[in-house]
Amino acid sequence: MSTDVGKRSDVRWAIYSLAFFGLMQRDLRVLTREVVPFVIRVAMNPLLFLFVFTYVMPHMTGGSKGSPVANMAAAGGGGFGTILLPGLMAVAIMFSGIAAVALPLAQEFGVTREIDDRVMCPLPIGAVAIEKIFFSAIQSIIAAAVVFPLAYYIPSTPVLAHVSSWWFLITVLLLASLLAGALGLTIGTLVQPKQIGLIFGVVIVPITFLGCVYYPWAALKSIKWLQIGVLINPIVYISEGMRAALTPATGHMPESMILAMLLFFLALLTWIGLRGFARRVLS
Amino acid sequence: MSEPIVDILGLRKVYNGKNSVTAVDGIDLHVPSGLIYGLLGPNGAGKTTTISIATTRAIPTAGSVRIAGIDVVAHPALARRSIGVVPQFNTLDRSCTVAENIYFHCRYFGLAKTEATARTAQLLDQFRLSDRAAAYPQALSGGLAQRLQIARAIAHRPRVLFLDEPSAGLDPQSRIAMWEAVQGLRGEGITVVLTTHYMEEADELCDRLAIIDHGKILIEDTPAALKASIGGDKIYDLRMCGVRDSGILERNLQTIEGVTRVEVIDGGLRVLARAKDGLLANVVTMANEFGLRDLTTTEPSLETVFIRLTGRDLRE
Repeated sequence: MSTDVGKRSDVRWAIYSLAFFGLMQRDLRVLTREVVPFVIRVAMNPLLFLFVFTYVMPHMTGGSKGSPVANMAAAGGGGFGTILLPGLMAVAIMFSGIAAVALPLAQEFGVTREIDDRVMCPLPIGAVAIEKIFFSAIQSIIAAAVVFPLAYYIPSTPVLAHVSSWWFLITVLLLASLLAGALGLTIGTLVQPKQIGLIFGVVIVPITFLGCVYYPWAALKSIKWLQIGVLINPIVYISEGMRAALTPATGHMPESMILAMLLFFLALLTWIGLRGFARRVLS
Repeated sequence: MSEPIVDILGLRKVYNGKNSVTAVDGIDLHVPSGLIYGLLGPNGAGKTTTISIATTRAIPTAGSVRIAGIDVVAHPALARRSIGVVPQFNTLDRSCTVAENIYFHCRYFGLAKTEATARTAQLLDQFRLSDRAAAYPQALSGGLAQRLQIARAIAHRPRVLFLDEPSAGLDPQSRIAMWEAVQGLRGEGITVVLTTHYMEEADELCDRLAIIDHGKILIEDTPAALKASIGGDKIYDLRMCGVRDSGILERNLQTIEGVTRVEVIDGGLRVLARAKDGLLANVVTMANEFGLRDLTTTEPSLETVFIRLTGRDLRE
């Protein structure tokens, strides 16, 4: 009888995993239908950023001295484009987490309560939230893959990318993508739905600009308080991780520290996000 | 009687906060399998909270709920396999089409692709939604959206379907279509538990009712038995010119055969009686001598039952 069904753990896991894959399939269907808006959302920011800072401005100044961009480019060794490649990939990864989890959640908790049907799946509530992190991570990886060719080919000076360890790159990419989803879950469940518009100004812009996206962390050594202060920003480890994996020549944090901090923030934000999610859907 | 499909024992729910609110205050409920069971009560009576707990979306302060033998607090994920829910608000997935709403629901509950496709087609047909299969939920009228919510909720063949205020916001025609859809579920062996504050809905649709107010069940029975508890199948409200000798009239009326009760109401008397030929004529003849101005005839309704139990109108 139905009472006995749940007593066997193998049956229970079969039920849970079918529900989990059902949710993934639903998200995949929705994403494939919105592939054009997805690509535009992912590509527009890095496309314009690269176009203006690594193509238009170098042409305007003609590489003349005194241009801040030219100076930065010189400092970076391989041009500003080399600094930006991992940074813009980090932004794309982070922003996919926000766009895939935080913004839809704000809508679903606030206006439509659409989440109710998915919460009614035969799946522990935490797993519904974990599915969101997983699917967001897939989007983050795609976003990073879309940004790479843009950041590699647009800059007028050649970008010096070199992958010495594919394992390290894949590990960083996976951890960073999951971390972005967990960040999205935390924001989506902690911020009141009607205030979700504010997170761009209050959260996203600060963590991006202070996230070692447009400069390597090592370059902050002359502003010691800032170099220490940005360590609480998880985006720093995404940027530095991508930097260590793709453009190690520009200088980066120790690899073990990057991995440890990515894991730490992934665990912390997943924990906060899951608690927030349960609080939102259960009364 | 067999084991109840929905078994609620000593259920309490207190929302703590600045002013803590006791939404459910000791509810016991045993719903036998196969019925359409109604929770009737005014807004804020605790109906929705009871349903939220039974459907694993709220945690009770005390008490237990078992659905098809499964404790919903201890095993929420597994209990959900036996539960279908149509909440008060439209929770359709707006990123998916009408057909996909049902299809993915089936997939969440482990139906294989071909099975889910077949079930979707069958439900679209059963709920007369086939021609809107490719539309998005935003394009549906309130009535169609409600039908789709019911179709989706039963897609995984739950044992019990919970409907929270199913006709709120529906026009009369859609309401009747919804009633028909719900009555059709009887044939599929699905037990239905619904909340409502519409008397007619409770009366028309439900096999049994619990009248609930301030988080407590006041009475529980079939609609017919509840109405019969009023003590007559006809209610005559007599409006009198002045209140001359109403005490005498009251006593005289009670002597008429078939009259079960006479009560004083504002501006006259209320006569409760069994349906009987000639009774009305006798009442009128007798009251006429005392200055009868007007008379209204009604049949006892659940509204009358509720007023008798609480002293207030259900819609207050």
